[in-house]
Amino acid sequence: MSSILEINNLSLSFGGVKALQDVSFRVPENTVTTVIGPNGAGKTSLFNCISGFYTPQQGTIRYQGEVLAGVKPPVRAAMGLARTFQNIALFRGMTVLDNIKLGAHVHMKSGLLGSLAYFGAARREEMAVRQHVEQHIIDFLEIDHIRRKPVASLSYGLQKRVELARALAMRPKVLMLDEPVAGMNREEKEDMARFILDIREEWGVTVLMVEHDMSMVMDISDHIAVLNFGQVITEGLPSEVQNNPEVIEAYLGTSDMDSLRKKLNPEYEVA
Amino acid sequence: MRIGDAKQSYEADEAIWTSSTQKIWLAIFLLALAVFPFFADSYLLYMGCLVGIAVISTTGLNILTGFTGLISLGQAGFMGVGGYTVAWLSLNTALPFPVTLLLAGLLAAAVGILVGLPSLRVKGLYLAIATLAASVFLHFIFAQWESVTGGMGGLSLEPAHLFGLTLQSDFEMYFVIVPLAVLMVLAAKNVFRTRIGRAFIAIRDRDISAEILGINLLRYKLMSFALSSFYAGVAGGLFAYFYRVVTPESFPLSMSIFYLAAVIVGGMGNLLGGILGAAFMTLIPEVLNLLTAALTPFYPNAPIFMSPMLEIIFGALIVGFLIFEPHGLAEIWHRIRRFFSLWPFRN
Repeated sequence: MSSILEINNLSLSFGGVKALQDVSFRVPENTVTTVIGPNGAGKTSLFNCISGFYTPQQGTIRYQGEVLAGVKPPVRAAMGLARTFQNIALFRGMTVLDNIKLGAHVHMKSGLLGSLAYFGAARREEMAVRQHVEQHIIDFLEIDHIRRKPVASLSYGLQKRVELARALAMRPKVLMLDEPVAGMNREEKEDMARFILDIREEWGVTVLMVEHDMSMVMDISDHIAVLNFGQVITEGLPSEVQNNPEVIEAYLGTSDMDSLRKKLNPEYEVA
Repeated sequence: MRIGDAKQSYEADEAIWTSSTQKIWLAIFLLALAVFPFFADSYLLYMGCLVGIAVISTTGLNILTGFTGLISLGQAGFMGVGGYTVAWLSLNTALPFPVTLLLAGLLAAAVGILVGLPSLRVKGLYLAIATLAASVFLHFIFAQWESVTGGMGGLSLEPAHLFGLTLQSDFEMYFVIVPLAVLMVLAAKNVFRTRIGRAFIAIRDRDISAEILGINLLRYKLMSFALSSFYAGVAGGLFAYFYRVVTPESFPLSMSIFYLAAVIVGGMGNLLGGILGAAFMTLIPEVLNLLTAALTPFYPNAPIFMSPMLEIIFGALIVGFLIFEPHGLAEIWHRIRRFFSLWPFRN
């Protein structure tokens, strides 16, 4: 399977803090690929590098074979990289419908004069977007009952769903989801898992997500990369990752103090 | 109670006025605006024109501050650019009135873009200070560039001509100012039905995620500045034709604060709020004056007592609005509408 996104030897540090060290992994096309790891492992930093907020000191990110260095976030959006945020980043002053329509911004062309007159091409374009959003996104994510509501009035789970809808309106090729089910109840999690699988299957979109809910990660992922202390410990199929001793150690910790000290300080000699 | 307004097409659903009740009231309102000059006395006409100009300028500032979240204290300066542009053009060229007005808007927009350049880096109070500096700078130019602006004495204009008519009285100016105000508010409303308006609001609410959605922040911030100062420039041009004189003191800093207050009192990020705020800020001092006059027969000392109080009462009203109605006059309007749309049932 060809990879749509390839991370090669990526390093990012903030002063003395090494957020990412020599991170390499690949995201095969049309898969659900998950990055897991304990808090502070560098998962969100990795996402921010891919969306263009952080500039890594070393390494490259290849998207569809093209190196993304120096490409600004709005251009990456137009290239088909969409994402949602860990802490919901919806526009609180707008309705659900307007939030979703904003996702289509990069695919629209109307200029200021057309907008002022709301006539001709500008109007037709708005109608086409409305139709696409209604028929393909609102319907698909089952949020038709809230489309007129201001997002600030919605529950957490629904806000997450609206954020997903907005990302889908960008017609992405790679959809990056930062903790899509954090803070959701069981039913909402099941819905979200179903949506993610459908997005991959029906829309042919590659999903790259960060998530802590292990049962969901193991159930829906095709490919998993494990990050700890800014480094990739292992990557592979869910079943392979699940039984990897290093992963278990990273997640459950270890009773062996020496190995922990050694991890924090590589020069530490076992006494 | 509003019933039976289910929509059959997206087009109908996205219309500005969706119910027939709304359309009827709108028609009544427009008709009232059209016949107003035939019944109003000269004082009311004068106030009507002032409100019209204030509505245009407030709508412009609302686009920038209310919708895009960029605080500006430069509005009076931009209006000044518009005012001086029409004054200079009407004295030195034979360009027709609509063209001078358009050029006034465009030049003000160009100045607005320049002033807006720091907005990519600075926000909030810092941007307010940057625009304040720009407005002081513009004021300096108006006062000192004597060969163009006439220095402290300013410029006097001939009345405008339109379709062979001379726009000399307030009555004639009313029929230029008010239709233009209606058109420009409508155009602003249109912007917020399209991707550009949404991009403005996105920048106000969360600029980082706006960027992720592919919105070029600098471009849209500058576009908002340009649009806002275009409105200010046109308002300033009308202002110049209305008073037929522009001096540096026609566009003082307090005017910028006046418009900022109008946006806040009316309701930030709400076009109707901008209209109500502009009317409120223009008319309340006059209403207070009338009140003083009405009190005089009963309390002969009323003018002596009231005239220093007017500013205080005016200020207290604004503070009162901020505390009790932070979403502005527009919110009061929406409450009234909700009440009637559900009447006779309780909301």
